[in-house]
Amino acid sequence: MREKIMEILVCIKRVPDTAENEIELNSTGNDLNREDLVYSINDWDNYAVEEAIQIVDRVGGNVTVVTLGDEESKEVLRRELAMGANNALFLSDDAFGRLDGRGVATVLEKVVKKGNYDLILTGVQADDGASQIGGMLAAMLDYPYASVVNSIAIKEDKVLEISRETEGGNLEISQINMPCVLSIQTGINEPRYVGIRGIRKVASVEIPTLTTDDLGLDTLALKPRTTRLDYFVPELGESAEMLQGSTEEIITTLIGMLKAKGGLK
Amino acid sequence: MIETALISPAKAWFLFLPAWFFSLLIPVVGMTVFTYLIIRRLAPLMRAAPDHRFDRIPERIFQVLKIWLAQWRHPRYLFAGVLHIVMFAGFLCLLIRSTQMVILGFAEGFVFPGFHGVIGDVYNILRQIMAMAVLIVAVVAMIRRGIFKPARYAVPERYGKDHTAEAVFVLSLISILMLSEGLFDGSLAAAAAQQGMQAAPLVPGSLSWIFRYLFGNASPKTLQAIHLLAYYTHDLTFFSFLCFLPLGKHFHVVTSLFNVFFMRLQKGNIKPVRYGVSDEKLDDLNSVGVKKLEDFTWKHMLDFYTCADCGRCADNCPANAVGRPLSPRFLTIKARDLMFKNYPVYPLNAPIKPGEALIGGIYTEDEIWSCTTCGACEQECPLGIEYIDKIVDLRRGMIDDGNVPQSLQKPLKALEKRGNPWGKMEKKRGDWSKEKEFAAKYTVKSMEDGDTADTLYFVDSITSYDDRMQSIAQAATKVLVASGIDFMILGKNEKDSGHEVRRFGEEMLFQDLRDHNTEMIKESGAKHIVTTDPHAYNALCKDYNKLPPVEHISQLIVRRIQDGHLRLSPIKTEGKVYTYHDPCYLGRHNDIYEEPRMALDAIKGLKRVEMTRSRDRSFCCGGGGLMLFYEPQEDKRMGVVRVEMAAEAGANVIVTACPFCLINIEDAIKVAGMENKMEVVDLTELIARHIVE
Amino acid sequence: MAHIFAYIVHEAGKADDTALELYTAAKKIDASAPVIAIITGQGEELNTVASELACVYDEVWKYADGQLSHPNAETIRPLLVSSIPADSVVLMAHNTFGMDLAPGLSIKLDEPFLPDVTEIKNLEGHILKVIRQELGGQVGTHVEADISGGLVITTRAGSFAPTDTNTTGKIIDKSQKIETQISKRRFIKMIAPEVGDVDITKENVLVSIGRGIEDEDNIEIAQELADAMGAVVSCSRPIVDAKWLGNSRQVGTSGKTVKPKVYLACGISGSFQHMGGIKGSPFIVAINKNPNAPIFQMADVGIKADILDFLPKLTEAITETNKSSR
Repeated sequence: MREKIMEILVCIKRVPDTAENEIELNSTGNDLNREDLVYSINDWDNYAVEEAIQIVDRVGGNVTVVTLGDEESKEVLRRELAMGANNALFLSDDAFGRLDGRGVATVLEKVVKKGNYDLILTGVQADDGASQIGGMLAAMLDYPYASVVNSIAIKEDKVLEISRETEGGNLEISQINMPCVLSIQTGINEPRYVGIRGIRKVASVEIPTLTTDDLGLDTLALKPRTTRLDYFVPELGESAEMLQGSTEEIITTLIGMLKAKGGLK
Repeated sequence: MIETALISPAKAWFLFLPAWFFSLLIPVVGMTVFTYLIIRRLAPLMRAAPDHRFDRIPERIFQVLKIWLAQWRHPRYLFAGVLHIVMFAGFLCLLIRSTQMVILGFAEGFVFPGFHGVIGDVYNILRQIMAMAVLIVAVVAMIRRGIFKPARYAVPERYGKDHTAEAVFVLSLISILMLSEGLFDGSLAAAAAQQGMQAAPLVPGSLSWIFRYLFGNASPKTLQAIHLLAYYTHDLTFFSFLCFLPLGKHFHVVTSLFNVFFMRLQKGNIKPVRYGVSDEKLDDLNSVGVKKLEDFTWKHMLDFYTCADCGRCADNCPANAVGRPLSPRFLTIKARDLMFKNYPVYPLNAPIKPGEALIGGIYTEDEIWSCTTCGACEQECPLGIEYIDKIVDLRRGMIDDGNVPQSLQKPLKALEKRGNPWGKMEKKRGDWSKEKEFAAKYTVKSMEDGDTADTLYFVDSITSYDDRMQSIAQAATKVLVASGIDFMILGKNEKDSGHEVRRFGEEMLFQDLRDHNTEMIKESGAKHIVTTDPHAYNALCKDYNKLPPVEHISQLIVRRIQDGHLRLSPIKTEGKVYTYHDPCYLGRHNDIYEEPRMALDAIKGLKRVEMTRSRDRSFCCGGGGLMLFYEPQEDKRMGVVRVEMAAEAGANVIVTACPFCLINIEDAIKVAGMENKMEVVDLTELIARHIVE
Repeated sequence: MAHIFAYIVHEAGKADDTALELYTAAKKIDASAPVIAIITGQGEELNTVASELACVYDEVWKYADGQLSHPNAETIRPLLVSSIPADSVVLMAHNTFGMDLAPGLSIKLDEPFLPDVTEIKNLEGHILKVIRQELGGQVGTHVEADISGGLVITTRAGSFAPTDTNTTGKIIDKSQKIETQISKRRFIKMIAPEVGDVDITKENVLVSIGRGIEDEDNIEIAQELADAMGAVVSCSRPIVDAKWLGNSRQVGTSGKTVKPKVYLACGISGSFQHMGGIKGSPFIVAINKNPNAPIFQMADVGIKADILDFLPKLTEAITETNKSSR
């Protein structure tokens, strides 16, 4: 089985870390309070880059990472370069200010067309939980698409065998022709560690910036079709009856409730 | 010409050749082969990383006198220790006799200058005693190794064949040396007696004496034959033994003196990434850490050669005790065998094999991540072999290659982004001091509010953020206030001390944390630092530079009790038996054993017992810092083993002076289901409860 | 308002639970517009589903073909594009199939896309306002779109009440000949997860553990409680990711769907992916040391405690109760 070398593009995003961040609105209430937030690469995207690097380590080729955002977003490009990606592209333009998902996919379509990629990866979802970029991009390019992929194997020259994670823990095995777009689920691999030393080594690498002109984009095409109006912290709805008292008292009450509901044999 | 009762080897004939020919040939060949072996053995050291070991010469000489000559660490295992001390003393003493023997082979009647008179007579008596002693010890050791087989010499299957044969073989050679020398001497004495000649005095019970009487009535021809046979047996055995030394664990006979001379003089510190390369220049290196054999320093390689396979390190290693895949002894033996394999001595001038990756080769990842850096191995080793620096270097290599377990990646990333391994927000670091009930009684000065004070309480991450550990910080506040100390904290300006970050191999992240904290401490204007966290204590003392003096809170407590500023009430809860658990980074690495005990004893009526494993033999609780996040493969938790030790000592309360010990032991009590039988309390908490206002 | 369509996923002759929710969502968008269910598949199973849906939906369009026996988004998408009239609203559930089908569909239909919607606020003229969540549910957002040209929208399971409409809808066979073209994506097979030693989907009482268990060794504590209660231990995703339990024990949208009578959520934060695996409104007891954990919104009874402390005590008390009642 002759394996062709692979050109892989991975679309990544710099997002706020949700684990220990406290999400609050800022004082004017029109955005999140971003002062104390830490940002890093979207977890799913990191798995995607690791997968791309592992594929290229096996069969040869190049991994290109691309992101769209502000100057600080370059940090994630550098981190993935330190991890082992070969090239990075930075998409930046004033017109990219208020893009919706479709807009981002429109920009990425141009990026893909400028290159010659066999495989395009995204993460299953990012901070907005929309899970849309990959599917939209594939449709724009007329490439086949598969989401929630947790395993990739090269079957033949231009065919991949993939596994998707579906409801109930079932695995859906399919074959998909390249070029294609896949969205990658966490747990597909174990991403390697990127140390500070590695990041420092790529600190001064030149990352080409692409604007709407470079991509031949008409800003009209970027007009958003959906608009986020605001952020709000969800109201706490009806909540549980919190048991009070000493541990002994709570346990006695609980046992009574469990008996009543058939929880004890 | 001195008349001798028997023809000496220098004057005999063998196969038409004068025997002195062989007496010269054997040493010349022996020394040549030995020299060749030494040169080959030095080869990897020539290609190793640099190491700076020529500083502080007087201290090094002292170490040689204490550890090498006086065998200071040997009696820690009493029986084996005494055996070895006798063997070693015998060797040193008999070195003179053995050399004399070699020369006697071609220079009849040779005696060393200065040994003609009284000194010579005294020496002759001494050597006979030592020779017998060595033989007895060798036989006892053979029986012990061959029949009783003490557990710590066992070789688990995955590490290969048993080593007992090698040990017994060498002990046999030593026995032959003693016996042949005794025969050489005894046969001459018997012949002299038969001829009515004067002979050197024999010590009754010595080998020379035994053989003199055993062969007292043998014919002169027999005696002559024995005399020459014994001589050449001794000669051949001596040089065979010499050439055998570099081939196995007895290389330590040659290298021990040097290894001890070059051994580490300070505890608790970590070697630089590469000697001779400053922190700023580290970014320029292509590779950091140890990935292949030649990345080790020459001293580390010398360590591998010097291992006597005694198993004391592994016997004290807590990771080994709980079934983690780490045994310090085999870490060394495997590396030594790799050196022998890649730098072969046979066939002659065989090519050096290329260095393959160590991780995935002789070592596994889990083996290297399993170490808690407790230092028990280094404390125990009678030959000055080091482990912690090697483990850290291997981890540096893995980090450089991105080969880090997922369980550690998260806290490392959190440390990078937030300055603590849980990724909690910086601005909450000082929140323990603002907890309602506590803040009502105590105001804690903080650098974030622009306060300043002479003393800085360096809290570090776990004590700042963990719900349970925050009570230690609060207790410390009570103690400091009661002692009349004006202090402050850095609050959100403090980041993790980076102690484990460095020991887990992320040197660059450690440096960032260190530089940040150093700057903050300087800006704070503090003149004195106190901490309740031994890992922070060790970091500030050993890993940081140019800081004001640092104290652990136990030292401060004892000081303030002694000068009357802090008074403690008698014990408040009756019927409890306390035992103090020495934290690795307070005890072994910093020699602070007494102050915590003195602090406890200052509470009148507190009943205290010692565990068998205490002070520098204390058993690690399971590890601190990043070790809390690592998921080891083990049969049992170290904490559980320690709790069982406390129960065995008759205690029902364990007192610790380290937040990591506290959390590990608390968890262990739950896991072991011993909640009703054992409690654990922090030293500072206990003291705080007994403060008399 | 043009047509509203709902693509319904089904298995073994039964429509997915979300089918009833999507109808409710459709009515919230425009109460007057007819709602048409679309199903694809083949054979009797498809007909059974059609009949079932016809009791709720105004119309059911069924597409039968051998090529559609297993739902393949790449094959279904062009089918829908060719049959759905312009400016339609297309609804589907935000599940793994929806993630496959919907985004591309919105491009091919040239319609705006609103994914994972949890609430539909109102339609003012042509502007539809909905609510979505971001940042793992920590923040909510209002989003609007001009749906004069149609809309593709996916909804989060459980966000809309299942409708109890009863009607007699028309079943229309829209089957087309699908070219036996080699689709660019071909289904090979399904692999069911390994059958573990227990089947949590059949259990009545579950003691479920999450990150709060902290260490693999502590799982014993939960097992002892389960033994005392005659229950079985289940868990949330992080436990399976850490490989402390097999995924046969995982409750959640990517794990198993359970229908117990009593569910003890121990040290579980309560993410919707986990809670989405619990059906049938069991009595949920949440034990967590973080009083702000979302689980307390969804549980019936809450206890603020560290499970490592609390569970052994509960086990002891239950064991005592068991003893004394013999």
